[in-house]
Amino acid sequence: MQHIEAHAQQPARTPARIGEDPVQVFLTLTVGGKPCAVPALSVRDVLGPQTITRIPLAPPEVAGSLNLRGRIVTAIDLRRRLNLPPREAGAPRPMSIVVEQNGELYSLLSDAVGDVVPLAAKDAAPNPPTLDPLWAAVSRGVHRQDGRLLIVLDVERVLAFGQS
Amino acid sequence: MDDLLADFLTETNEGLEALDAALVRLERTPDDKPTLSEIFRLVHTIKGTCGFLGLGRLEKVAHAAENVLGRYRDGSLSVTPPGITLVLSSLDRIKEIVTGIGVSGSEPLGDDNALIGALDAAFAGQAQLAAAAPVLAAPVAATAPVAAPPVAPPQAIRAPAVDAAPDPAGTPTAGPQTIRVAVEVLEDLMTLVSELVLTRNQLMQLARASGDNAFAVPLQRLSHITTDLQEGVMKTRMQPIGNAWAKLPRLVRDLTHELGKKIDLDMKGAETELDRQVLELIKDPLTHMVRNSGDHGLEGPAERRAAGKPETGRIILNAYHQGGHIIIEVGDDGRGLPLDRIRRKVVANGLATEAELASMSERDIQHFIFRAGFSTAAAVTSVSGRGVGMDVVKTNIEKIGGTIELRSREGRGTTFIIKIPLTLAIVSALVVEAGGERFAIPQIGVLELVRVGGETASDGGANDGARVERLNDTPVLRLRDRLLPLVRLSELLCLDASEQADRDAGFVVVTQVGPHVFGIIVDRVFDTEEIVVKPVAPILRHVTMFSGNTILGDGSVIMILDPNGIARATGVGADGVAEEAAAMNGPAAGLRSAARTAMLLFRAGDATPKAVPLGLIARLEDIAVDQIEMAGGRPVVQYRGQLMPLIPLSGHWMPPARGEDGGAAARQAVLVFTDRGNALGLMVDEILDVVDDALKIEARQDQPGFLGSAVIAGKVTEVLDCGYWLRQAGEDWFAPDQQGQTGARVLVIDDNAFFRHLLVPALSAEGYDVTAVDDAAAALRLRDAGQTFDAIVSDIEMPGMDGLIFAAAVREAGPWRDLPMIALSGRAAPADVARGRDAGFTDYVGKFDRPALLRSLADCLAHVGA
Repeated sequence: MQHIEAHAQQPARTPARIGEDPVQVFLTLTVGGKPCAVPALSVRDVLGPQTITRIPLAPPEVAGSLNLRGRIVTAIDLRRRLNLPPREAGAPRPMSIVVEQNGELYSLLSDAVGDVVPLAAKDAAPNPPTLDPLWAAVSRGVHRQDGRLLIVLDVERVLAFGQS
Repeated sequence: MDDLLADFLTETNEGLEALDAALVRLERTPDDKPTLSEIFRLVHTIKGTCGFLGLGRLEKVAHAAENVLGRYRDGSLSVTPPGITLVLSSLDRIKEIVTGIGVSGSEPLGDDNALIGALDAAFAGQAQLAAAAPVLAAPVAATAPVAAPPVAPPQAIRAPAVDAAPDPAGTPTAGPQTIRVAVEVLEDLMTLVSELVLTRNQLMQLARASGDNAFAVPLQRLSHITTDLQEGVMKTRMQPIGNAWAKLPRLVRDLTHELGKKIDLDMKGAETELDRQVLELIKDPLTHMVRNSGDHGLEGPAERRAAGKPETGRIILNAYHQGGHIIIEVGDDGRGLPLDRIRRKVVANGLATEAELASMSERDIQHFIFRAGFSTAAAVTSVSGRGVGMDVVKTNIEKIGGTIELRSREGRGTTFIIKIPLTLAIVSALVVEAGGERFAIPQIGVLELVRVGGETASDGGANDGARVERLNDTPVLRLRDRLLPLVRLSELLCLDASEQADRDAGFVVVTQVGPHVFGIIVDRVFDTEEIVVKPVAPILRHVTMFSGNTILGDGSVIMILDPNGIARATGVGADGVAEEAAAMNGPAAGLRSAARTAMLLFRAGDATPKAVPLGLIARLEDIAVDQIEMAGGRPVVQYRGQLMPLIPLSGHWMPPARGEDGGAAARQAVLVFTDRGNALGLMVDEILDVVDDALKIEARQDQPGFLGSAVIAGKVTEVLDCGYWLRQAGEDWFAPDQQGQTGARVLVIDDNAFFRHLLVPALSAEGYDVTAVDDAAAALRLRDAGQTFDAIVSDIEMPGMDGLIFAAAVREAGPWRDLPMIALSGRAAPADVARGRDAGFTDYVGKFDRPALLRSLADCLAHVGA
């Protein structure tokens, strides 16, 4: 069992305060080529590729479960969840962004994990009305960062699926 | 101080703290029903517990306070501040007494008459305003002059009692040997230990790889300590259920005195281990239930005598593991639930109308006792009967994800069956592989493992015959003359196992769920491992195939299969489905026990489907019609080196015209029955399906060869009378064996008409003189009427008095005391057999196992004769 703990783990836990502007700290990630972000404070761990046990009959979004230091984490395939094409064969295995909700741990499988970045509230914009409804349902809005647009994922809504 | 008392004090102190807060809340919102109920229950619990601990003073105060609260709860008295003050002052008194007990180990002396008088006055509805004020001042004044305790020095009592009074929360009472730890702390410890184990494993692996010996010794020590620590932490979570029962013998003893009844308490399976948290939560419900059984369930000696029962009533507690659950049964052989009284009460309380009741099944009506505030006790006694009880029990059990069921028959007793999932418990599990994934199957439900060879089995000498066969594409396994329905795990879980060449090779995990036995086909079997069951994430809760997940020793996550879920999903032995279906359909008239039988459905002669229990059929054959020959005017076929007579179920069979058509097409489906090397084939037109359903013969009919009609899988189906058809095979089918006892009288007790019809001819044919009755009470009536028999054959699972209670009753006294008794049951796991023997059965035979039954009968009778 190998735990590869990513560099982002420590900074993720220290809230940053920059100047007077209301600033929130986000962890950037890439899924299916799309730049996204999640609030860094909701992230518990970032892990490298893990052994994931498949769970038969689970909703398609559930990739399986993995062991994080004795706790069982349910892995969510973000590509499936966001209706993106599956990972190409031979592509590097996904990273795990571990979040906690109602005492349960979930891992959001992303193609790549970027940095922890402070984003000023003034750069935020609501979802454009033309955004794909599936994306709109899980997105809290968009953020401009270094000339690119980050989609800010709402972790709670990302995890709200298959509740039939 | 004895443990019981220490426990009581700890509990009561917690209860009192909660009460203070709740009462203050109630004063602010007098209409808050949940708060009122909570207060009432807390006081009731205190009263109930101190009642059997012999704390008379406490009990009186609590009883009086409960009376007042009872009227608040009914709404027949409105909540007023003076009333609350009065109740609070009675709580203060309780605290004071409890503190005294904590110091001296016995109740301090004191006079509570003024307080009780005020409470009673409030209960009677008189103005409490005047009464409250003097009472409030009373406690100190009342206790002070009386203090003359005979044992302990008075100063020792007085000083701490006075100190403690202003600060009841800080009572110095808890026993020094134990401390209470929040379950979360243990939970965290458990998680940390799991992490430690994994880290240890990693370290060990590294050390082995590097070959550096410097670490070897300390690592070894670390490893040992880790293992010990893990065991220690696990132990803190597990407790035998006997701990929760420890108070009960005393409780029952006191009940016998208080109620003037004779009661035996029989506790089985006390060593069954339960998660501590679960145990805590079921403790009170169990106490309530035992008290209810003693108070309402059992009759007085005179009444019992009149009903033809032994004077001493029995309360039976039984705990065991089953299919990944812990089952706790609380039963009595008392008067059963009074349906009429429940009906009247339901109507009186407006829970249902007469018309609705009329269309409800007995079972639905009995379930009303789980409604809040429902009590059928005619008189309110100090023991129970305030309607705190079954609704609280049900709520508490459902809180931990359990279910409660009841089985009751008027005149014969009531049994409550609590089923608690083993979430959080530690179980031994078998690790298997299917479709490339590993799964854990709780060992409890696993009866045996059978290796099956599929098409290539013939080369393995040891396991010849263990081969997966197909009935209409449904895989089955013939195991010791029994047809076992099979499910393929990889198909069930939709895993892609298509590339596997030999679909039927692998292992069959023979699993038992309730009375149903079925096989799960897996590809590989690894090892058994002790696992800690962790609940699955909420998004996966709907997948009923899994009861949880766990982390194996190598750190990988693995899903734990739920045999109940598998049985339900495949329809093999769906216990729950019948209940759920009944709940959804509402009044399913005449629905009886949920006993289900796997049945083969087929067509013969007309269009009406016919059914026969799968367990009776040895195998199904598809015979080419041109192999069927005629001998003595009857069709026969050469079958496994013997001539097998064939009997056409449709009544007639014409050999096909031989010759020109080439005859490759025509085939004949045959159900094969075997016995002592004889085989008999019943020719049917078409095999339809294997279903699992309750076998309840609705309408009798006179058509020979059929027991009657039943609704199976939603269709009217004729149920085959096997005995009749087997007799058609000719005289030597049922010819008695040489050693067959002739004329010995056998009493058969089985609630299921089908089995009675099967057993009676089978035994008669062996020369026994058979009497059959449909329940245990009828059997006891025969005894009391002076009938004699040489042996008794009884079913175990019967509504009302079950086989175990019956056996105990027979063994207890009477002319039948020494008769050989043989239990018949669908369940024949070693634990069941042991239970049967404990109850007094001489032998234990699986249902359908006719040869074994005959052997056992012959043995028993031979012993008696010798």
